[in-house]
Amino acid sequence: MLTIFYIFAALSFFGALGVLFLKNPIHCALSLVGTFFCLGSIYVMLNAEFVAVIQVLIYAGAIMVLFLFVLMLLSSRDMKMSSNNWTAGKIIAGFLSIGIFFQIAYLFTGNELKLGPKGAYPIEVVEEIGSIALIGRLLFTDYILSFEIIVILLLVAVIGAVVIAKRKFN
Amino acid sequence: MSQIWLVPAFPLLGFILNGTLGKRFGTNFVSIVGPIVIGLAFAQSLVLFFQMLNVEGNVLSEHLYTWIKSGNFEVGINLQVDQLSGLYLLVISGIGFLIHVYSIGYMKGEEGYYRFFAYLNLFVFFMLILVLGDSFLLMFVGWEGVGLCSYLLIGYYFEKNSAANAAKKAFLFNRVGDFGVLSAVLMIFLIFGSIEFNTVNNEAASKLEHGGIIVTIITLLLFLGATGKSAQIPLFVWLPDAMEGPTPVSALIHAATMVTAGLYMVARLSHLFVLAPLTMNIITIIGALTALLAASIAITQTDIKRVLAYSTVSQLGYMFLAMGVGAFTTGVFHVMTHAFFKALLFLGSGSVILAIHHEQDMRKMGALKNKLPITYLTMLLGTMAISGIPFFSGFFSKDEILWYAYSSPFGSAWFWGIGFLTAGLTAFYMFRMIYLTFHGESRLDKHVFKNVSESTVSITFPLVVLAILSVFGGFFGVPHIFHLLPNSLEILFKGFFAEIPKGHGTVTTEWILMIFSVLLAFLAWYIAYRLYQSGFEIAYSLRKKWEWAYKISLNKWYVDELYNFLLIKPVHLLTNHFLWRFFDLNVLDRIVNSSGTAVRTSGNTIRPLQNGLTQNYAIIFTFGTFLILLYLI
Amino acid sequence: MIPVEHILLLSALLFTVGVLGVVLRRNVIVIFMSIELMLNAVNLSFVTFSRSLDSMSGVVFIFFIIVVAAAEAVVGLAIILSIYRTRNSLDIEEFNLLKW
Repeated sequence: MLTIFYIFAALSFFGALGVLFLKNPIHCALSLVGTFFCLGSIYVMLNAEFVAVIQVLIYAGAIMVLFLFVLMLLSSRDMKMSSNNWTAGKIIAGFLSIGIFFQIAYLFTGNELKLGPKGAYPIEVVEEIGSIALIGRLLFTDYILSFEIIVILLLVAVIGAVVIAKRKFN
Repeated sequence: MSQIWLVPAFPLLGFILNGTLGKRFGTNFVSIVGPIVIGLAFAQSLVLFFQMLNVEGNVLSEHLYTWIKSGNFEVGINLQVDQLSGLYLLVISGIGFLIHVYSIGYMKGEEGYYRFFAYLNLFVFFMLILVLGDSFLLMFVGWEGVGLCSYLLIGYYFEKNSAANAAKKAFLFNRVGDFGVLSAVLMIFLIFGSIEFNTVNNEAASKLEHGGIIVTIITLLLFLGATGKSAQIPLFVWLPDAMEGPTPVSALIHAATMVTAGLYMVARLSHLFVLAPLTMNIITIIGALTALLAASIAITQTDIKRVLAYSTVSQLGYMFLAMGVGAFTTGVFHVMTHAFFKALLFLGSGSVILAIHHEQDMRKMGALKNKLPITYLTMLLGTMAISGIPFFSGFFSKDEILWYAYSSPFGSAWFWGIGFLTAGLTAFYMFRMIYLTFHGESRLDKHVFKNVSESTVSITFPLVVLAILSVFGGFFGVPHIFHLLPNSLEILFKGFFAEIPKGHGTVTTEWILMIFSVLLAFLAWYIAYRLYQSGFEIAYSLRKKWEWAYKISLNKWYVDELYNFLLIKPVHLLTNHFLWRFFDLNVLDRIVNSSGTAVRTSGNTIRPLQNGLTQNYAIIFTFGTFLILLYLI
Repeated sequence: MIPVEHILLLSALLFTVGVLGVVLRRNVIVIFMSIELMLNAVNLSFVTFSRSLDSMSGVVFIFFIIVVAAAEAVVGLAIILSIYRTRNSLDIEEFNLLKW
């Protein structure tokens, strides 16, 4: 179990590095899809099957396909793309990001985070009822307002996307 | 409920209607609404007045709204009708109504007819608030409001430079007085913890030492306000200039009502004022001097309205003389009779001015007696009233003032002497006006003279009513010695004003003094007749002989020049050389400019940060995140 | 059982790579992908905490995050398309009108 996790962890990390370093955006996208698949597997190992499924379905399946569509739509034409130059600001930002990594890692490995109060859904309960049923129940009771709002957000996003993409500029 | 609020509500309604709809609906609408609202206010005032007489304690009051409430301090919009405000109500709304009717004829065809009536309605509203308010604050609202309306109406012909300047002058001089009133109100609040008239009057004797320094300061400050509003020395110079306004305005605001607001305040606070003998003396002296000074100016003025304006100042001085010697009832009596005959005289002069096409110079009039019979007759009656011809209204009130000036414990023979002299001068310049205007040969342009005709009914009707009042108005307060009628004003004001000790002097003295002043009035009449009936040889020779005195009087004792020299010049110099050239240019401008420069420099420094490159923002964003995390750790 | 710290470290790593991508890459779409990567890193930590604290809230939040990510991708790509039409470029340094 642990070994499998490390393998997937390493794969997802390399996939992420691919996004960072690969020249061709399409390659980047494919490498990101790989990362998403690996993360999905890790979710399964964490007993979050529902999350794993929507990760693969929506992220890898829907969102990334959308990215690829757009890339294919655009990259077929000539693109102005000046060469990647590393300015001083970017170097500083790079070091800052690595600093952020150490900060987050320090916070995560610290002890405070594990001391939080235990919730009402230990692993046995989840396996007995099933995580999808539980999520559904929560979404329509405790989180109903957020759910409704997110629905509207999605609607607005769809309309907005259509309006923005259709508009012709003179 | 006695519905006091209706009284000011009617004029306010008129103001709103005329102000908003008047322009659209035209003159007919305005000339109906304008006078009618005042008429309704007068009717309601009459009802209230008689209600008040029948009520225990003679006070009607009404709480409308709590305006300010802070701790123990509470100011309500409370209206109160008592003997004093009741009488003022009748005078304001009654004469106001007549003058509104008059204005229909006088202002006919003027541009901004609706504006005139709107302002006039608003003025009546504020004046009613002034006398109805039961606290200093509400009175002050009215006080400022009438000042505003006075400003607007003096500057009615604002396209005329002199009118605009006169309006500003009136406003500024009133502000000096307002400063006094406000300071006094603050001090009263500190001492009494309340600014209601009743509280102040009732507790004045217990909370303030008789003749103490504080009460003297308070009353002097209040009196400063009164000198501003009621045009006394040293703040009287605005009133003659205020004649730039239309004549009905001069009649209503600058003769009958607003200028008596200062007297109203003194009368209202009589219990406070009697505690300060020094102030009372100052009021008497100022009043007497103003009366004499203004009368001495009036004898040489040639503008018919200016004569009346100085006469008003002089008569107001008379009233203050009465207040100062503690004869509050008599002072108010003179306010009333003066409102009758001075409104009449102003309206009459307006009728003359209108008939001869806005000529105000008396040197160009003459022989109008037969052309304007009603105006002539009514004005003659008014003149006889103001001159103190026996049994006209002015005779009673003026004579009572003179008697109190002599006999009151605050008075003296000197005050009587000044008042006596002033009475003679008054009779002289008033009859001079009559003779110059109506008698002798016409000095008018032939064409104009031929077409002169009596004014319309809306002008003559108020004249007739006011003439009747001027003739018989005196019988409300007949002095005791006549045993003709009970002195109804004294009965009305029984126990209202502060008591002052009984004066000295016997009935015989009173009779002698009265006969003197009557004789003087007739003598002045005769002199005026001799000098100005026709041909002016005697007048010219007198003028030659007394050139210097003539010049002083004609130039109004150089008071305007004195103000110019003492105040305006120094202020000009200060502003020009110090405030503008030094302070403004070198200090203020530099501060302003350098703050601009500072913003520009710092903006230029920071500007490159906003270079529009998204990744730059992302980098700064990362830096921010780093800092926040640093803080969390 | 997988140690919680290791999963969290992986999440931190992925997040950092995402940040680096946003800061360093110049292709708008790749920057966009890096943002998705950061969102996924957050998701991973949500699931981890949810499991280790016996709570379902984290999982529900992932649901919301994915919806928001989808909405964001749709609108963002639409914007990119419309910018591309006028600028004919995907270089983020060309999109510099937003200044002063």
